[in-house]
Amino acid sequence: MMRRSLGRKRGCSLLMVVLTALTVALSGCSSDKAGDSANGSESTGASTEAVTSSADSNAASSEDLSKLIVGIPQDIDALDPHYAEGAGTREVLFNIFEGLVKADENGNLNPAVASDYTISDDSTVYTFTLRDGIKFHDGSLVTVEDIKYSLDRVRGADSGEPLIKQFSKVDSVNVVDDSHVEVVLKEADSDFLTQLTVAIIPAANENPDTNPIGTGPYKYVSNSPMENFVVTRFDEYWGEKAYIQDVVFKIESDSNRIVSDLENGTIDMMARLTSTQVSQLSDQFDVYEGTMNLVQALYLNNAVEPFNDVRVRQALCYAINPQEIMDFVSDGAGVEVGSAMYPAFTKYYMEELNDVYNPDVQKAKDLLAEAGYPDGFEFTITVPSNYTQHVDTAQVISEELKEIGVTANIQEIEWNSWVDDVYTGRQFEATVVGVDATTLAASAMLSRYVSDSSKNFVNFSSADYDAAYASAQATNDDAEKTKYYKECETILANEAASVYIQDMPEYVVLNKKFTGYVFYPLYVQDIAKIRPAQ
Amino acid sequence: MKNNNWKKILKDPYLVAGGIITGLILLMIIVGFFWMPYEPTKMNAAEKLQGASLRHLMGTDNMGRDIFSRVMYGSRVTLMIAIGTIIIGAGVGTIIGAITGYYGGMLDEITMRVIDALFAFPSILLALVIVSVYGIGWVQLLVSLGIAFVPSFARIVRGEVLRCKNMDYVENARLQGVSDIRMIFVHILPNIKGVMASSILIGFNNAVLAEAGLSYLGVGSQPPYASLGRMLSDSQQYMTKSPSYVLGPGIIIVLMVLGFAFLGEGIRRWK
Repeated sequence: MMRRSLGRKRGCSLLMVVLTALTVALSGCSSDKAGDSANGSESTGASTEAVTSSADSNAASSEDLSKLIVGIPQDIDALDPHYAEGAGTREVLFNIFEGLVKADENGNLNPAVASDYTISDDSTVYTFTLRDGIKFHDGSLVTVEDIKYSLDRVRGADSGEPLIKQFSKVDSVNVVDDSHVEVVLKEADSDFLTQLTVAIIPAANENPDTNPIGTGPYKYVSNSPMENFVVTRFDEYWGEKAYIQDVVFKIESDSNRIVSDLENGTIDMMARLTSTQVSQLSDQFDVYEGTMNLVQALYLNNAVEPFNDVRVRQALCYAINPQEIMDFVSDGAGVEVGSAMYPAFTKYYMEELNDVYNPDVQKAKDLLAEAGYPDGFEFTITVPSNYTQHVDTAQVISEELKEIGVTANIQEIEWNSWVDDVYTGRQFEATVVGVDATTLAASAMLSRYVSDSSKNFVNFSSADYDAAYASAQATNDDAEKTKYYKECETILANEAASVYIQDMPEYVVLNKKFTGYVFYPLYVQDIAKIRPAQ
Repeated sequence: MKNNNWKKILKDPYLVAGGIITGLILLMIIVGFFWMPYEPTKMNAAEKLQGASLRHLMGTDNMGRDIFSRVMYGSRVTLMIAIGTIIIGAGVGTIIGAITGYYGGMLDEITMRVIDALFAFPSILLALVIVSVYGIGWVQLLVSLGIAFVPSFARIVRGEVLRCKNMDYVENARLQGVSDIRMIFVHILPNIKGVMASSILIGFNNAVLAEAGLSYLGVGSQPPYASLGRMLSDSQQYMTKSPSYVLGPGIIIVLMVLGFAFLGEGIRRWK
């Protein structure tokens, strides 16, 4: 008996040691992952996923057309626009804050807080004229000091640590007179205007993280985490005022409830639904079909065999039929792309590149034979498992490639591992994913193909491309810049940097009581344009 | 004697029902090795999400693939994972349980506490940890499920060995100088085979369900091939539009589990 009880005691302490070790090891793992996902999410994909949790259902009957309830998939992560990370937060804050310039639905940058601007010939000095009489939500007038304060805050003038990386280019922000501010850059950048959509906030506001004050068409009312985010119309807005008086952004974290919440009137609008969800809705809704503004492609690692041979890459382009993929995955919805540019960039998108490779099995086989793979080869497509559309696309590709004797195995991996292994580590042969743009500059899509770019995860390397891209960056003439960017796109298509497929379809559902939804080439929801149907 | 056994089996409704259902599933899987109505990965844009018909016994999925062919292939994968899980779980579990039960003492205490800890660890979490370290695949799935199944077998076998080890026949054998290993594996284990058999069959069911559950979470087999659980997971969003997609793999999982459950119950009653 003595021995037994002694044994039990030792057993317990051993167990304690094992468990402690395990806890430490596991918690170590998870914190690593969190960091990685943060830096991966800025560059890739547009998520329709939602995390499960309880959501409040204060089902307001929306006969009152002065109120609109919009479903959003996740919480607002920060009320301070300069610290807001998530695309889901930025799309809501778009209604509250404005920058010196503001994007419109056609992808143009229009003056907002500034009424006019001039750019010096060498693209280093941007001078803005403050809009006359423009007011913040608290009723105070916007001053040039507020502009300087906001821009200095973003570029981290005090801390030396810019909140937005691109603002490290700013040398100084100077107040010229009562109505003019100039932004001086360290180096020429003719695309810098796209960055100046960053929010202008009042210098006098001491609590920008709890009391957001901007100049947009809607002003902040309240924020209840996991519940809703409420805004109301700003009646002293400088531009065209919003139609709807009160707007509630309701957190719809359980994607399985979206359809029933729409049907019973708990929400009036929801963006980024799947075609399956849309097909379950009754006819009291208008469905707006747009695109997600990204380039979905079978991204090939240009540095590994056999994809280091341009003929192999071209063969895959001939074998893979984007239209067939769209037919299978989204019932034909989606817009074909032939290069790394999606159609919302109307100025740069080249529709003719879709026809560089028309489906041609024989030509694909010939190219493979020429490259030394007459009997095909085998490779693995690594797909992030949380994106059903990408996994489905990979399945169709795998089936199409059988025609030319190429075996494509599919390996699903979890999103954080995808960011680590594929995107950052570049340890992959091929992957299906969507790449989007964070600003309205063409460089947001094209800079990643420059040979030494840190975002060049496909390891594309072409001297011609680098030269064309550098020329585009160097010139200040818009027409010439566009010409060079188009040359870049053409090189990507001809060199078959990857197999470009489509800009994926997106569905926005709006109750028929309302109308006027517009798609933007960026990840935003412009509520000010929505109005009662009658 | 043999004849007599058969008669007894045929009289037991559990064994008969279990045998027939399991037999049919096995037949379907074996036939699947030689012939399937369609290639399970063959897509057809013209026949997406069709209901059951003579052309497609269980209808087609969202890519126009024949669900019956996919179920034939998928039950093969599911069965293989379940068998592998049981081999690892029951094998390792029996050895651990028998040795710790027989020797007792410190070794027993430590091992059983570790087993307890493992028992407290949800099998899905364990599988997710293994998958996140070693990547997704059916081998990882099999190993993680196997490990998760060790504790229950170890406990059952340990309990039985404890019960048997002081029985007269064991004492008898010991007096004759039988070695410990021989004692455990030749004398004791055969005497607990009834309990083992039914717990293996129950464990088998749990393995089928766990595989379905894990594949449902997206950690199981890789597309375009699918296990039953994976098919169930893929089909959920088409539930209202095309119920036959859910029903195909669902019914086969139910039948598979039911068949083995009946067999297990029959064996348990068999004395």
